[in-house]
Amino acid sequence: MLKYLLRRFGFLILTLLITSMVVFVVTQLLPGDVARVILGREAGEAALQALREELGLNDPLPVQYTRWLTNFVKGEWGKSYSTKTEIRPLVMGRLRNSLMLAGFILVISVPLAIFLGVVAGLNENKPIDNAISIASLAVVGLPEFVTGLVLIQIFSFRLRLFPANSSIRPTTSFVEALPMLILPALTATLVLLAYIARLTRAGVIEELKQQYVRTADLKGLPYRTVIYKHVLRNALIPTITVVAISMGWLISGLIVIENVFNYPGLGRLMVFAIDRRDLPLLQAVTMVAVLGFALSNLIADILYAILDPRIRLG
Amino acid sequence: MTSNEQPVLEVNDLTVAYRIGDRWLEAIRDINLAIQSRQIYGLVGESGSGKTTLAMSILNYLGENGKILKGSIVFDGEEISRYPREKMRAYWGSKIALVPQNPLSSLNPTLTVGEQVREVLRLHLKMTNIEAQQKVLELFERVRLAEPERVARAYPHQISGGMQQRVMIAMALATSPRLLILDEPTTSLDVTTQASILDLIKELIQGREMAVLYVTHNLGVVVELCHRVAVLYAGELVEDAPLEELFSQPMHPYTHGLLMSVPKLGQSKSEQALSAIPGQIPALSQRGQGCIFQARCPIALEICSERPPLEKVNEQHLTRCYRWQEIAQGEIALEALFEAEGEAMSMAVPISSEKGTASALDAQGIVVEFEGQRSFFESITRRPARKVKAVKNVSIQIQPGDTLGLVGESGSGKTSLARAISGLNEPEAGSIRIYGLPASPKLSQRNREVLRRLQMVFQNPEEALNPFMTVGESLRRQLFVLQGIRGEEAQRKAEEMVQAVQLPVEVLNRRPNQLSGGEKQRIAIARAFITNPDIVIADEPVSSLDVSVQAAILNLINRLQGSFHNGLLFISHDLAVVGYLADQIAVIYLGALMQLCRAADLFQPPFHPYTEALLSAVPSVELGRKVEAIRLEGDLPSPSETIEGCPFHSRCPRKIGQICEQQAPPWRIDESTQKRIYCHYTLEELSQLQSKTRYSGL
Repeated sequence: MLKYLLRRFGFLILTLLITSMVVFVVTQLLPGDVARVILGREAGEAALQALREELGLNDPLPVQYTRWLTNFVKGEWGKSYSTKTEIRPLVMGRLRNSLMLAGFILVISVPLAIFLGVVAGLNENKPIDNAISIASLAVVGLPEFVTGLVLIQIFSFRLRLFPANSSIRPTTSFVEALPMLILPALTATLVLLAYIARLTRAGVIEELKQQYVRTADLKGLPYRTVIYKHVLRNALIPTITVVAISMGWLISGLIVIENVFNYPGLGRLMVFAIDRRDLPLLQAVTMVAVLGFALSNLIADILYAILDPRIRLG
Repeated sequence: MTSNEQPVLEVNDLTVAYRIGDRWLEAIRDINLAIQSRQIYGLVGESGSGKTTLAMSILNYLGENGKILKGSIVFDGEEISRYPREKMRAYWGSKIALVPQNPLSSLNPTLTVGEQVREVLRLHLKMTNIEAQQKVLELFERVRLAEPERVARAYPHQISGGMQQRVMIAMALATSPRLLILDEPTTSLDVTTQASILDLIKELIQGREMAVLYVTHNLGVVVELCHRVAVLYAGELVEDAPLEELFSQPMHPYTHGLLMSVPKLGQSKSEQALSAIPGQIPALSQRGQGCIFQARCPIALEICSERPPLEKVNEQHLTRCYRWQEIAQGEIALEALFEAEGEAMSMAVPISSEKGTASALDAQGIVVEFEGQRSFFESITRRPARKVKAVKNVSIQIQPGDTLGLVGESGSGKTSLARAISGLNEPEAGSIRIYGLPASPKLSQRNREVLRRLQMVFQNPEEALNPFMTVGESLRRQLFVLQGIRGEEAQRKAEEMVQAVQLPVEVLNRRPNQLSGGEKQRIAIARAFITNPDIVIADEPVSSLDVSVQAAILNLINRLQGSFHNGLLFISHDLAVVGYLADQIAVIYLGALMQLCRAADLFQPPFHPYTEALLSAVPSVELGRKVEAIRLEGDLPSPSETIEGCPFHSRCPRKIGQICEQQAPPWRIDESTQKRIYCHYTLEELSQLQSKTRYSGL
């Protein structure tokens, strides 16, 4: 188990190193001169040159990369070109928002999706299974901006239950933010729901065919025990690991949803950074996103090992 | 075992059907059975005979696509066949228990085996978890699991197949059920493991107040264990008799054919061809109204198109054949009838003459290694992966027209050796010559001529043929690729070859999915022989086939080899089959040869201790054949372990002492018979130790 964990952790570090290089190189390739972006169109050549020197833009790329990476690891992420403020608190604030939303989404969607998936799987090809399958497929076909707008139409404008604008502030507490989280979370849930439910359904159907289920039945165990203790223990392994992996997407990939609800998460910050050619900010946000993906993968691997003794004990 | 006692299980006129498409097809028909307490009832049948369907019906555990059309199942005086599942749960595990065929997939991979047994005890015996744990250790000790505590904490994948089956047996016996159903409990195990599991089953169930139904396709196992045997064919009981009577006086042609088609230990092809039952079991949709065996029966009459009743030969013996009286009086000699089929074939293929005097195959010092798993540390430090030696310096020679039988259990390296010789796995070291022509160890470097000279028949015909090609295309492609033959000549050769494997020419236009397993294997054999190779490697060519089809394939291989006069490397785990077909026999264990001798000498001492254990483990179809039981302790060591000295020392029942662990044994050679044994004992010492054991000439 320890060996397995060390190996996974080794891969995580490697992944981060490689992606950091890719992120650095790609941002360097973006068109536009950083010095000119900062100083504006009227700046003279001398001023530009001085700024380039000051920012180290004239150094060879590997030197720039190493400097950037060590600073990043030390937590010195520098100042944003566009907002002229420290990047780290900015990104951290957005990260907090994103984590809050992601956590909330998981709390809503995972139990619901697993429940629907298990019900569908246990009743394969019966009306209830068909109903769940059709409904979840219908929802997954709709893009987030459509479901998001429909939800706003219903819950904000008609029923006036939740606000349509979820622009929370850094000072907003979780409890205060809660009503504003509901609609974006619901939108993401609809996307995630079909995916997780179908995966769960497939897992349940697959496991029900296994011979150990027959053994469990023929032990005389009550149906509930056969399902909870034997079938679900195996059927949910893929589901749980996929949920863990999708954490990465939930943290930084909800760009559309954040835009629809005006939610200040990492996704919108990234779009903002791209818009403004704000390289340090873009690099920082991307690295945080990558870190989120890598960590959620690590968590998935660990969960997988915990749940499946064949991996844990090899 | 008084018959007026009420039986524990009574099956009356049971007919079960499966839904296939929108039709219900009968899988078993009008089955009658009664099992008393303390009786072990054998249910014998090939795949497709419906034996598992019958077992599952008795358990009342048919899937949604199966249903009981008529009949009843009476358990302890209670008709249970219409009980819903929820009601059956009170019987399952406590009164009726099952030991299934495949223990690994029958255990939950994510629970410890201890918990999987404890859960039965808590449920049915109302034990606390602590009491249950205590009981589990007791049970594990009773099923001879070494280190019960450790096993109880293990997950299924961490213990060997034999141990898994012991756990399943402990689980089934935990509650002292009234009815125990064993569904092919040893089929997935090696012979030596099978032998010790059978010993265990015998010891644990004999004399207990329990009725036992033992389902199997293996007639030898039945002899070891059962009191009474029912023979199932295509869903019908064709014969039902006490064990001794069934084997000494079978009254149904099918039983007869089945008994005759299994080679007995020590039987050789030089004595007689195996009696093969022609054809195959009819599919569910092709079962007519007449006698179910009619189409394959050599003594069928017109009357047989009407279904015969189950008639009483005597109070104990039932058969479903109109002509049993003639069989009983010896008016019909069934042996002769089944054999006649084997002879009736003309060989259209000419004997090749251009083969020299060199060995057909000469493989020297073959070493096969596989890369073991590398840890992360090892992979970043670029340390070379640990090698697993699958074959350790094995040399074999095969003369033209000769068959070398290679015997070993799973994990012995027999398939690795075959794949190395055929080039499918590149050997680490060693040289391969075919008629003196060196064959490169790399398949990609072998030229067309080498490829033509060496052909292979694989274990599973289902995977060996391209499903998108017709049989004719497959055969003609072989001719074109290896010999450049095409057009009419290729067509003519393909037709000849198909006839040589006793199939009609029309088969050339069919695709593999339109053929039965036996027919596919015939085509695979035809494809191997069509280019007139010098050496054919057959890797367990019959082990995926039904018993009644096996014999015909063995006869076919034998006959083709006789007329092509090529060398044959025949690989099998079945000593009787190898003994029957081979001229020379090599016994392999953990990738090293243990014994090499003429087939006829295999069954005579001296034996290598491993050969001795293998022979002793084979359940025999012969009644009253009792040999000294030699059982191997423990499991096959993991191939990644390095073993000093003799590879067999860790399990050898005749181990001398430290010398076996430290020094590699010498080859002991008998000059007159050329028997070679890899052992620290001399041949004389072995002969003396084994003087009580005789396997042939019984």
